[in-house]
Amino acid sequence: MKKLLIVTTALVGVSAAAQAQELNVVSWGGAYTVSQVEAYHKPFTAQTGIKINSIDADNPAAPVKAQSEAGNVSIDLADVELSDAIKMCDEGLLEPIDPATLPAAPDGTPATEDFVPGAIQDCAVANIVWATVIAYDKTKVGDTPPTTVADFFDTKKYPGKRGLLKAAKRTLELALYADGVPADQIYEVLGTPEGVDRALKKLDTIKSDIVWWEAGAQPPQLLADGEVVMTNGYNGRFFAAEVGEGKPFGTVWDGSYMDYDLWVIPKDAPHKEDAKKFLAFSTDTQRLADQAKWISYGPARKSSNALVGLYQDGKTEMAPYMPTNPDNMKSPIWTDPTFWADHDTELNEKFNAWLAG
Amino acid sequence: MALPVYATPLEKLWHYTYLGICALIFLFLIAPVIIVIPLSFNAEPYFTFTEKMMTLDPSGYSLRWYDSLITFGMQNPDAPRDAAFWWDFWQNATWVQVTKHSVIIGVFATLISAGLGTIAALGLTRPEMPWRKPIMAVLISPMIVPIIISATGMFFFYSMKWMPMLTEDGIGFGRLAGTYAGIILAHAALGIPFVIITVTATLSGFDQSLVRAAASLGANPRTAFFRVQMPLIMPGVVSGGLFAFTTSFDEVVAVLFIAANDQQTIPRQMWNGIREQISPAILAVATLLVIISVALLTVVELLRRRSERLRGMSPT
Amino acid sequence: MTDATTDLATGPITTNDGRPLKEALAASLAVRRRRAFLLVAPLFLFILISFIIPIGQMLGKSIYNDGFSSHAPALAAWFDAHPAGSAIDESAYVALRDDLVAMKKDKTAGEAGTRINYDISGTRSLFTAAARGAEKMQPPYMDAFLKLDKKWGDPNVWRAMRSASSPFTMDFYLAANDLKRNEDGKIVSVGEGQAVYKKLMLRTLVLSLEITAICLLIGFPIAHLLATLPMRKAMLLMIFVLLPFWTSLLVRTTAWMVLLQQQGVLNDLMVWLGIIGDDGRVQMIYNQMGTIIAMTHILLPFTILPLYSVMKTIPPSYVRAARSLGATSWTAFRRVYVPQTLPGVGAGGLLVFILAMGYYITPALVGGADGQMISNLIAFHMQKSLNWSLAAALAAQLLAVVLIFFWIYDRLVGIDKMKLG
Repeated sequence: MKKLLIVTTALVGVSAAAQAQELNVVSWGGAYTVSQVEAYHKPFTAQTGIKINSIDADNPAAPVKAQSEAGNVSIDLADVELSDAIKMCDEGLLEPIDPATLPAAPDGTPATEDFVPGAIQDCAVANIVWATVIAYDKTKVGDTPPTTVADFFDTKKYPGKRGLLKAAKRTLELALYADGVPADQIYEVLGTPEGVDRALKKLDTIKSDIVWWEAGAQPPQLLADGEVVMTNGYNGRFFAAEVGEGKPFGTVWDGSYMDYDLWVIPKDAPHKEDAKKFLAFSTDTQRLADQAKWISYGPARKSSNALVGLYQDGKTEMAPYMPTNPDNMKSPIWTDPTFWADHDTELNEKFNAWLAG
Repeated sequence: MALPVYATPLEKLWHYTYLGICALIFLFLIAPVIIVIPLSFNAEPYFTFTEKMMTLDPSGYSLRWYDSLITFGMQNPDAPRDAAFWWDFWQNATWVQVTKHSVIIGVFATLISAGLGTIAALGLTRPEMPWRKPIMAVLISPMIVPIIISATGMFFFYSMKWMPMLTEDGIGFGRLAGTYAGIILAHAALGIPFVIITVTATLSGFDQSLVRAAASLGANPRTAFFRVQMPLIMPGVVSGGLFAFTTSFDEVVAVLFIAANDQQTIPRQMWNGIREQISPAILAVATLLVIISVALLTVVELLRRRSERLRGMSPT
Repeated sequence: MTDATTDLATGPITTNDGRPLKEALAASLAVRRRRAFLLVAPLFLFILISFIIPIGQMLGKSIYNDGFSSHAPALAAWFDAHPAGSAIDESAYVALRDDLVAMKKDKTAGEAGTRINYDISGTRSLFTAAARGAEKMQPPYMDAFLKLDKKWGDPNVWRAMRSASSPFTMDFYLAANDLKRNEDGKIVSVGEGQAVYKKLMLRTLVLSLEITAICLLIGFPIAHLLATLPMRKAMLLMIFVLLPFWTSLLVRTTAWMVLLQQQGVLNDLMVWLGIIGDDGRVQMIYNQMGTIIAMTHILLPFTILPLYSVMKTIPPSYVRAARSLGATSWTAFRRVYVPQTLPGVGAGGLLVFILAMGYYITPALVGGADGQMISNLIAFHMQKSLNWSLAAALAAQLLAVVLIFFWIYDRLVGIDKMKLG
């Protein structure tokens, strides 16, 4: 046992020494993490010498919460959805962020006015606006590609498997929208037991054709492998596959689910000060615009939009692929963060029961 | 399994049907292990045999997925392959890193479980051992308890500060979660049942009169143990250790819960790969792992035969 | 022993140093027992600390959750002073307000609300919203709260708060069995649309049973063949069993994905052979079938090996004797051979069943929606919904079932008879 202790201490000593001047940043993996590495991490490391460990998670909020409650936080910064940011802030798990520490726009507009509404929260700052959309394989849908969510649920017109996120959130909204509930009334309907039944009944119509995915990198892969003909997923991932890798994908913007991704710093983060530095650095006008060079997510700053031009290949115009483009924003479903904080237990249980049934 | 000469035609028919069924089952057992090997040389990013592969056209095969294993995670993957390239590979390539972690964790976990396990097995096989059954049940339990329960239990317990260790403010109580020590302890615990089972099996076949004979010839208990008993049970200890090592080398759930970013292992990286970019690169890793298991199997088989020969139990 | 000693006129037999023999033997036995125990002790302690205690501590979360109680001391005191059934009067709302003010200050309203939300869906924001306004509230607080949200007058919310004001609770075991308490505190079912845990537990048992049955069915002929073939051939064929056994679980699961996918090898083969059309590709993975096939493959060696070692010891002369007495080969097999293999069937079958119930990785990767097992749901609550108390309750129930079968295994086979390869 004594030897074991020595070994233990030696090993721990090594790992502790290696941790100096590092930041552990958790994000969603795949093409999205690549865009952050290119636009934020590399220039930050070049400027400050602080090494960044990029960690992938299906949903970065989960490890932050798990680590905080277990009392063992190793994450310095996480990229989370709006509802999770607000929820964790309410639970006192996050470090409050003073908007005054965020850099102003190049023309001097203070950060509080430069960011789009809702992008600065008590404990979180948004970097992008993103959408969950439906993408399809152009070679498998005939001459009339799908244009609406209703087409996604129409397996007669478009036979083949469908990919869907294995979670109540986003899936139930999509089903209600397909069933004819207007985008702005979805949460009202979903708040009633009848509304949930209605959503699940709609999902029943395609249940046997669904392939479920969990990580954001999976949908483009499922499409590319021919395992599905249509799937929902994060719009930037489809863009990366379509434009970056030349895959024959098309996008349905109807009924897209809009949300922010925000940086949060756990209250017990081991390198809090460096994390704050990184947060301010990565949400300045130029950095946010740079990210859009790598993936088609809308910058959370108004001043960044003017700087967004071409994709990193130097020829593709980004605007048509942006979720914030007015052409793409005809019928968006904006996330309701408090709804999900209240109903996640019950709806996940119902969703799981439906899945297992 | 020869057919007796008096077999009826019906029995003959049944006999060959039976052999056919067995062949199918052997195919079921071995096909998945074999199939990944040719597919890992696929020139296309597909999981299936292309026409060129079927016609054995050399252009249908390539080493690109093995190449991608080498360069993945490197800082300058496109650099010329000189000493600097291979240094970069050794320092940064993701699969090299996870292999290092897997080996470190596997070796230390095996040393702990084989060491403590063998000593315990010596006690367990003594006829005067008190409460043998309940103790045995506890020692075997890591194999029986569903891994998700073990892993989450360890996650919570190892997240608390109780382990005396070197922390940032000197010697104090620290957390095991997120350290090498944490994973090593977890894997050692998971490997122990295999050591116990193998070593007690070897020991129960051990003829105690050999020790007595040694004693009567003037050996003290130490000498008798090290010169007589030890060499005879060594094959069992080594194969138990190999079992423990494979358990650690293949374990992903505890790593998912306990490990920090800089302790990711081969299975952990595979888990990522399978869930996200499932490309033939993962089959290249799988092929390499199959080769490792063939090697392990050979060693264990040789040890087992040696042990049987030493104990005079060999049928050949 | 006693007879022998009393018969001797000279008194009890003694050792050289004059101690009674019985005592000396007992002492020496005690020494040897202690020595044997000391050899086992380090490992036992190690397993206790690194494995048993962690699991015990985790399971403790199933009956202990202080998410609400630790942040609501005033309410807890009020509930103590006013037994269940008392009218919820102004004094209760004063306590509520005090706690909410403190929660706002410590940012714990979300945590407290989450605990009540487990019980009554849609109440989390009740707490976060009320905590925000609590400080500015004017008495009488009862009216102030009811004006803010009439849910504050709901007896069910007060029932849930009373129940959660003690950290010890059985609520999570109720939830793990698809039960809840209604307004009167009576235990009722959660309703068909929400019931999932019992169904999944049952499915886990059924799937494990199916996998065990298939393993025995296809493991039996293989073990029989290996046991009756000449040694050299048998050893060669044994590789087919041992190689998969030693191959990484993830490798084998990946291999099945490659084989069974819609665009995978098996479907390609069937299309090529003309068995199915290109548009009629069969879905063999990401459903229950995928789970069964992959798990059967992974667990098959665990059936074959114990069966094989039992069959090795069955002398062929018994069957031959039966044949010579006039039994047909089928009767001889059924009445003479099979009964002798039963210890192996029991050992292999029980082991596979026990291991199958706890599987997590394989169903997670190839199980799709209906091939999930209870372990996957435990992982869901551990990693995604973060309802750890519920996860612990589900884990405790699964563990109980597994341990029962482990006990049966010990009774029938004996844990010291367990063998690998």
